[in-house]
Amino acid sequence: MVEITMTEISVKLTPPIRPEGEYDVTPPGTLGDVAKPLSLLERLANTTSVRRGLILVGIAVVWQAYATWLSNPLSFPTFTETLSALRDGIASGVIPQRLWVTLQTLVMGYAIGLVIAAVFTSLAVTTRLGTDLLSTLTAMFNPLPAIALLPLALLWFGLGRPSLVFVIIHSVLWAVALNMHSGFLSVSETLRMAGRTFGLSGFRFVRKILIPAAFPAILAGLKIGWAFAWRTLIAAELVFGVSSGQGGLGWYIFENRNTLDTAAVFAGLLTVMAVGLFVEGVIFRAIEARTVRRWGMQRG
Amino acid sequence: MAMVQRKPPLAASIDPTAAPASQPVLTVDGVTLQYKTPDHLVTATYRVGFDIHPADRLVLLGPSGCGKSTLLKAIAGFLKPVEGSISLKGEPVTGPGPDRMMVFQEFDQLLPWKSVRENVAFPMLENRVPRAEAEARALDAIAKVNLTKFVDVYPHMLSGGMKQRVAIARAMAMRPDVLLMDEPYAALDALTRRKMQEELLQLWEDVRFTLIFVTHSIEEAVLVGSRVVVLSPHPGQVRAELNCHHLDVRHQDGPEFQLLTRRISQMLFEDKSVGH
Repeated sequence: MVEITMTEISVKLTPPIRPEGEYDVTPPGTLGDVAKPLSLLERLANTTSVRRGLILVGIAVVWQAYATWLSNPLSFPTFTETLSALRDGIASGVIPQRLWVTLQTLVMGYAIGLVIAAVFTSLAVTTRLGTDLLSTLTAMFNPLPAIALLPLALLWFGLGRPSLVFVIIHSVLWAVALNMHSGFLSVSETLRMAGRTFGLSGFRFVRKILIPAAFPAILAGLKIGWAFAWRTLIAAELVFGVSSGQGGLGWYIFENRNTLDTAAVFAGLLTVMAVGLFVEGVIFRAIEARTVRRWGMQRG
Repeated sequence: MAMVQRKPPLAASIDPTAAPASQPVLTVDGVTLQYKTPDHLVTATYRVGFDIHPADRLVLLGPSGCGKSTLLKAIAGFLKPVEGSISLKGEPVTGPGPDRMMVFQEFDQLLPWKSVRENVAFPMLENRVPRAEAEARALDAIAKVNLTKFVDVYPHMLSGGMKQRVAIARAMAMRPDVLLMDEPYAALDALTRRKMQEELLQLWEDVRFTLIFVTHSIEEAVLVGSRVVVLSPHPGQVRAELNCHHLDVRHQDGPEFQLLTRRISQMLFEDKSVGH
């Protein structure tokens, strides 16, 4: 049976020959609307900030409902209680002051970490020894949690900001260096050759061709580095708290937990998240919009 | 084929008593090129030699793998010959430089972080052309490739053909001694390719630049070139040097054009059958 159908298929098909035709095409101007604006609702639904804002509102509503039902402010305060604790904290100037201390430490560690990462990566793209050094060090230190270095840092630098900065550098350095390096390696051969026919070489070549061409990867590294640094810093402050009378946000959280002011603990956590959201959603988004998205290197 | 005559290779140095019409801009003399793959040392070309004179449109034609792109990279300065020499205006080529601007086949040769105008001006600004002059030359070159409407657009918003036009404008605006093109139209669709070939010839009518053009298409070689260097398959050697300055788009369906393309394809085909 199967063989019969096979032979049937192998019979040569010939298409029928049909008459030819040439047609007039309607000019686009007379076709009516070719492009039509979207409705307000559709445009709102296409706005990222609106969609994300709605998610935040949803979370707040669920939180409020659950906490009210639980009715145990000592372990889980309501959203409104947390908000008023936050307002008090800001009004008394405690939260802004703690935030300021934390941000100062953070920026210091982040900046030093970036500079060291840039030095390592430049070495790695120019020399083979540099490449080996970077990959070995990254393999060794990247998996090591920054917090695990804290006891050692305290031993070396004592209680205070230098220890925190040291831990932040460690958390930023390897992630950023790794991303920068793989970004440089992925720059296309054509772009490299084009740069060299323009007469660029050495440091000018790195600055004018490699860095902008690898910018998506570098930016990803900066974002990861930022997240690591922020997380590490808050955790480190929680662990060893105050230094020379100047505590940060982590210390604020720890302090209020000790006095069982849970709403204030939540307010502190909320501040940590708010800073995270601001840096991700405003600062990094702005950088992305002006660079990689504008250049078509990343979809937006 | 008996009717194909082998021409003697051109002498690298020109006899001063012969009163030449022009001095060659670029001389390729007995160049052997080799490159390393992880487990082989590959000879790409073997003792290749030819001259390029001002306003020549020299086409390097050959089957894929004949080393024509490698040869162009050596002329650009990315590769050192193991034997022979490449010299530009009497000076040996030692490395890449803006006196030999190159247009690549790939569309990603434009800098994505610069607009069309900035891309075209960039090599000039990096080579100490004053800003005002660089801007003016960039706009002029962009106008010549018909992209004036797109001066402030970023490369990712352009089509493949437009990107190649920008690359050509960028190379031309630099006013190099020799313009190198490595299969610049190979990744384009047939209609766009045809249009770009005609535009290139029109540009040459205006500007009279010196061009070395690499292709594996016989039609494109005869159409674009004023002189064709036919390379034999791997490793590339000069199989023929042919003139086609008198043939352009208008002659494409004519007998002379057909005869020449057939002659070249016989050369390539015959060599191929010997090789296998």
